[in-house]
Amino acid sequence: MTGQSVISVSNLVKKFGSFVANDNLSFEVYEGEIFGFLGANGAGKTTTIRILSGLSEPTSGKVVVAGFDAKKEPEKIKKNIGYMCQKFSLYEDLTVKENITLYGGIYGMSKNLIRERTAMLLEKLSFQAWGDRLISSLPLGFKQKLAFSIAILHEPRIVYLDEPTGGVDPITRRQFWEMIYETAARGITVFVTTHYMDEAEYCDRVSIMNEGRIVALDTPEGLKKSYNASSIEEVFVKIARPK
Amino acid sequence: MQTVIESSGICKKFGETVALDNITFNVGESEIFGLIGPDGAGKTTLFRIITTISLPDSGSMKVLGLDAIAGFRELRRRIGYMPGRFSLYQDLSVEENLEFYATVFGTTVKENYDLISDIYSHIEPFKKRLAGKLSGGMKQKLALSCALIHKPDLLVLDEPTTGVDAVSRQEFWDMLRKLRQHNITIIVSTPYMDEAMRCDRVGLIQGGRILTVDNPENIRTGFSAILYRIRAAEKYRLLIALRKYSGISSAYPFGDSVHATFRTGRIDESFREFLRSEGMENVTIEESPADIEDRFLELMAAVKTEQGK
Amino acid sequence: MKRFLGFVKKEFLHIFRDYRTLIILFGIPAAQIMIFGYVVSNDLKDAGVAFLDLSRDEVTQKLTDKICSSGFFRLTETLTSYNDIDKILKKGKTKAVIVFQKDFGRDLFAEGKTTMSVIADGSEPNMATLVTNYITAITTDFNIEQARAPGGAVSLISAQVRMFYNPSLQGHYMFVPGVITLIMILICALMTSVTITREKEFGTMEVLLVSPLRPTQIILGKVTPYFILSFINVIVILLLSWFVFGLPVKGSLVLLLAESMLYILMSLSLGILISTVSSTMQQAIFISMVGMMLPTILLSGFIYPIENMPWIYNWVSAIMPPRYFIIIIKDIMIKGTGFAYIWKETLILAFMTMVFIWLSIRNFRIRLH
Repeated sequence: MTGQSVISVSNLVKKFGSFVANDNLSFEVYEGEIFGFLGANGAGKTTTIRILSGLSEPTSGKVVVAGFDAKKEPEKIKKNIGYMCQKFSLYEDLTVKENITLYGGIYGMSKNLIRERTAMLLEKLSFQAWGDRLISSLPLGFKQKLAFSIAILHEPRIVYLDEPTGGVDPITRRQFWEMIYETAARGITVFVTTHYMDEAEYCDRVSIMNEGRIVALDTPEGLKKSYNASSIEEVFVKIARPK
Repeated sequence: MQTVIESSGICKKFGETVALDNITFNVGESEIFGLIGPDGAGKTTLFRIITTISLPDSGSMKVLGLDAIAGFRELRRRIGYMPGRFSLYQDLSVEENLEFYATVFGTTVKENYDLISDIYSHIEPFKKRLAGKLSGGMKQKLALSCALIHKPDLLVLDEPTTGVDAVSRQEFWDMLRKLRQHNITIIVSTPYMDEAMRCDRVGLIQGGRILTVDNPENIRTGFSAILYRIRAAEKYRLLIALRKYSGISSAYPFGDSVHATFRTGRIDESFREFLRSEGMENVTIEESPADIEDRFLELMAAVKTEQGK
Repeated sequence: MKRFLGFVKKEFLHIFRDYRTLIILFGIPAAQIMIFGYVVSNDLKDAGVAFLDLSRDEVTQKLTDKICSSGFFRLTETLTSYNDIDKILKKGKTKAVIVFQKDFGRDLFAEGKTTMSVIADGSEPNMATLVTNYITAITTDFNIEQARAPGGAVSLISAQVRMFYNPSLQGHYMFVPGVITLIMILICALMTSVTITREKEFGTMEVLLVSPLRPTQIILGKVTPYFILSFINVIVILLLSWFVFGLPVKGSLVLLLAESMLYILMSLSLGILISTVSSTMQQAIFISMVGMMLPTILLSGFIYPIENMPWIYNWVSAIMPPRYFIIIIKDIMIKGTGFAYIWKETLILAFMTMVFIWLSIRNFRIRLH
């Protein structure tokens, strides 16, 4: 996969005082790619994602996301990304439609556009009958799918997913991954962080972080080959806990 | 083998929602029993009934030979429980947390140190640190030490590996294995299918119902169809193509491949031809043993069609 | 017992580890004492007045009628001797006593002027100021009426004001008891309810429930540290008011401390009750603050005299525990009265405490849901 690069990181360093959270990271993520971003607790993933979404400034190095420099134009980056984490992404006490409208409004979409996309979204998810129901009354799987659809409502260049399918049932999980595939096929880059190594197997490429550095970056198959492992989980454990 | 948990016909409703629907299963002595299912399947509700802090609407629950309702006083002495969120006092240090739970159960850290030493030794260097400042993996180990400190006969762990990285998860399972030497029965819940293979026996739970209970290997081999692992560079196109094929029975994305079963059982040349006509080149197709997750998907689909009738 | 002590130790660790708790516990009382330095004034309605009329002539009769029919005052009693003044003021219903000395009317006609005395209950400085101002105004009005009357001559009655209990009418005499009342109920109820709901929220309650600890051990373990700290707090506030404002405790110190203990116990049991009905800290804080702080400030007679409230608020105020403790503590600290005067209020507080404890135990579940 060698499309156009949408995330380009070179020599990124982020320090908090004397603590180096990101130590000279360099990597590229391409358009329409599903990129898995793995690492143990405290490896520095959260710091990187904050920088990639324009919430935090790099100490040094060059970070370009969706064509904008993370140091100079973080606000423009924010307009071109979507974000979904497993919990807390929808307002439980609002209805499905209200959530969609709210989110569309936040991203400055026009009323007509919101109406149009809402109808499209509900149809695609076969949710038409659920539009006026409160989020709190929906099953978990539906919420998850809805949250993802809302995160890409404004057609961002990149969508960040934080442990997107943790805790959902296997069928819903697969439906969810199909949505991710479909999104990526449309050219939206999907950036996945997860503790769940099974999820990593679904990605096109996977990077593994350890102590602030990226120590491995390849396709799942390539990683398994070079670490002589049968699963990404095994690769991960070999990297994070060398014997 | 003695039965440690004997659940028969347990039902529980919250208002209109059925949380548990006729749950019947047994857990034997010194077993590691895994309750595998997604969020909202009823795992926590069931664990609360086992640990005597919730009452079933109907059915009977016997734990360590005692009735979970009538014998709750005695049971509370003999059960170690680790709820979904690690129940630690964030503002107390590692040491203080452990000591507190020891006194609450009328024992001391010294008395049962040998039981927790394997686990606690990992975090002992940080014993003065506040629990709130620990990493996920260390919190998990501390919570487990606290649940074990009174040498319980039954250890109930509700999603102990959620939110913890893969390395810590593996260490955690290794610890549980070691605990079996001490004759402690363990019942553990998890939404992660891959952890099922680490249990002696597992129950698959979905929508408040137990779909099957068996050892993981039997569940896995219970898969009723011939499973094909199909791979192509463009997974999404492959999936769409498979869905179009008239002979397809099921097709699910599964990591870097698609797991599919066919109405005809085995595939023939017409399938390969179909793929070619769809423009799919370089497709690898191989027969593959089923995963426990494949079986879960099969069971879930069966329940769905049953409910659809 | 060891379990219980272990629990208490843990609670103390929580308290001392969180400096915010300590600030709330000991910093806020001091701040409150300073903040409530000024007392809000307001209108008067049906304040109780008594008359000691030693003259009993036409003028005193007319003036008495004018005061009582003004709508601001209500006649509580007609006294016959100076000795009764102290007694009736201590009862609390009478806010001021008006004294007409012998030959009041004759002096007025003979000399064209005379003096009446107004003796007000200074332990409520706000009320006392209002009462005396209104009486003075009514008297001035009376003077003008008399002068205009046919055949009337210019005659002057002046009111001489005296304060009992709080001669210089210092405001803080009023608010120190108020602050103690407010602080105790807030801290005790807020802290206990928050500390119990915190265990629910962090999931630690689940483990405590699945342990051999009994509910009473959990409740007592939560209450004991706060009981001790609150008691220390009362002493600190009393010392503070002694050193900063020079306010002594006129009555029995032992009685005051004993009544404070009862009040603290009442507040703690109220806190536990709140915690049994709320599932998050936020709820507990909300109920404690809105449900208790505002009513305590507004309805307990701390700032606004209960006498001036519309009847409905007066009724609501009757179920506010602080209302009774304010009476108790004011009587002991400022008036110096003994138990004989406050047994009724004490009994009400004790009864409320028992109701709260009973309700809490009934509500405290040994299980979830």
